Amino acid sequence: MSSVESDIYDIIAEKSVVDRSKLHSAAKLEELEIESLDVVEIIFAIEEKFDIHVPYNANDQEMEFETVGDVVDAVRKLIDEEGAAA
Amino acid sequence: MNRVVITGLGAFSAAGKSIPEFWNTVRDGRSVIGPLTIIPTDNLLIKIGAEVKDFEPKDHFDSKQLGLLDRFSQLGLMAAREAIGDAGVGFEGEAGLRTACLIGAGVGGQQTLDESYYRIYAQGRKNVHPFTIPRLMLNAACSHICMEHGITGPAFAVASACSSASHAIGQAFHMIRSGMVDTAVTGGTEACIAVGTMKGWEAIRVMASDTCRPFAKGRTGMVLGEGAAVAVLESLDRAKARSAKIYAELAGFGMSSDAMDITLPDANGAARAIKSALGDAKLNPEDVDYINAHGTGTAANDATETKAVRLALGDASAEKTAMSSSKSVFGHALGGAGALELVVSALALKNGVLPPTANFTEPDPDCDLDYVPNEPRERPIGAAISNSFAFGGLNAVLALRRFDG
Repeated sequence: MSSVESDIYDIIAEKSVVDRSKLHSAAKLEELEIESLDVVEIIFAIEEKFDIHVPYNANDQEMEFETVGDVVDAVRKLIDEEGAAA
Repeated sequence: MNRVVITGLGAFSAAGKSIPEFWNTVRDGRSVIGPLTIIPTDNLLIKIGAEVKDFEPKDHFDSKQLGLLDRFSQLGLMAAREAIGDAGVGFEGEAGLRTACLIGAGVGGQQTLDESYYRIYAQGRKNVHPFTIPRLMLNAACSHICMEHGITGPAFAVASACSSASHAIGQAFHMIRSGMVDTAVTGGTEACIAVGTMKGWEAIRVMASDTCRPFAKGRTGMVLGEGAAVAVLESLDRAKARSAKIYAELAGFGMSSDAMDITLPDANGAARAIKSALGDAKLNPEDVDYINAHGTGTAANDATETKAVRLALGDASAEKTAMSSSKSVFGHALGGAGALELVVSALALKNGVLPPTANFTEPDPDCDLDYVPNEPRERPIGAAISNSFAFGGLNAVLALRRFDG
């Protein structure tokens, strides 16, 4: 597991009080019962950790992140983009 | 028990700085949401809002008074002056003692707080202005209104986030109904456009990036607005005795707490407040011709509010009533919102016009009632309710009835 992935799992486990052993790439956020306010806090913690901006709006009616793996992929992409821009 | 009527109105908002200007804008559904100009936006991701435009405080307050006024107090004072002048009431002697002043505010003196902290943390200054505390305190607007007009009866500020003004007005209604006072100057005010406050709203990820589109598919959230509104309430007996002009009867008030979630709304809690207001006003569900919605434009509020109205009124009555959100026009004024929306509801009743939901694009399957999209409609309105559902799950609903004499 990459360090980005591992860090994100740590953040999700801490903020949403989900057992870290249940987290894997295909795990669905909905099935992990992560509440909407937890999602906002998880994203904030990710932004702080990786010094990126995640353009997430809770009103988006189409869920952008379905699985834990989607979150990891999106963060990797943002790290690359913002790293390239810097 | 006294019947309670509305005999004076004042509005000082992004949609207009007087009742005629405000009503024209809201009635026509002309949204005044636009780029922020009163604060620097370099650090902001969300750069839109609904601002009170072309307002020069020194034209309205002398320098001594102005030094004590945060912007939220300035807006509140302006609305109160109009409402009191409109009602034609005075507060000399016994009249002042028999008048209540209850003013809602959600967050208080945000500009004062923002500027003070900026001095300390960014500019490294040692001191802040000596009036920092009296300017920012949540009751400042209420106190200044009392001082300016000599209101010496019960007076306090009410804070319940986005329901503050409706809770304040409801409390004033109870005081007149019970006979504790004869008159009340009541409403709400907010000047929430400050950099720190905007960052806080951005962080909770519910802000619209384009504009406020309540109940429409593809809506992206709420837009902050600043503004104040004040109503003069009186017992019907007193209003009749002095042959006062009457806008509408304030007939009932309902409150509830969701006791569920600090940010997510709950349809059952909201429905309980609506039912309670209707019961208090002795209105049946089929009597409600118009609902001024809380209608923030967030995905969660609008679908939940739709469900709550169906629960409270029953499907048949809910589908026959019209419900619009004035926040699409003048944004979300937090602790001032319920007062601005009471004014809209009273004028809708008096004029027989359903004000529209502006910026409405296409219907959302989760929001399946009549939202009066984009165009006003003339229709006699016998009774209306105004909904306020706050963060923290605190709900307040005011019920109004047309007054035909």
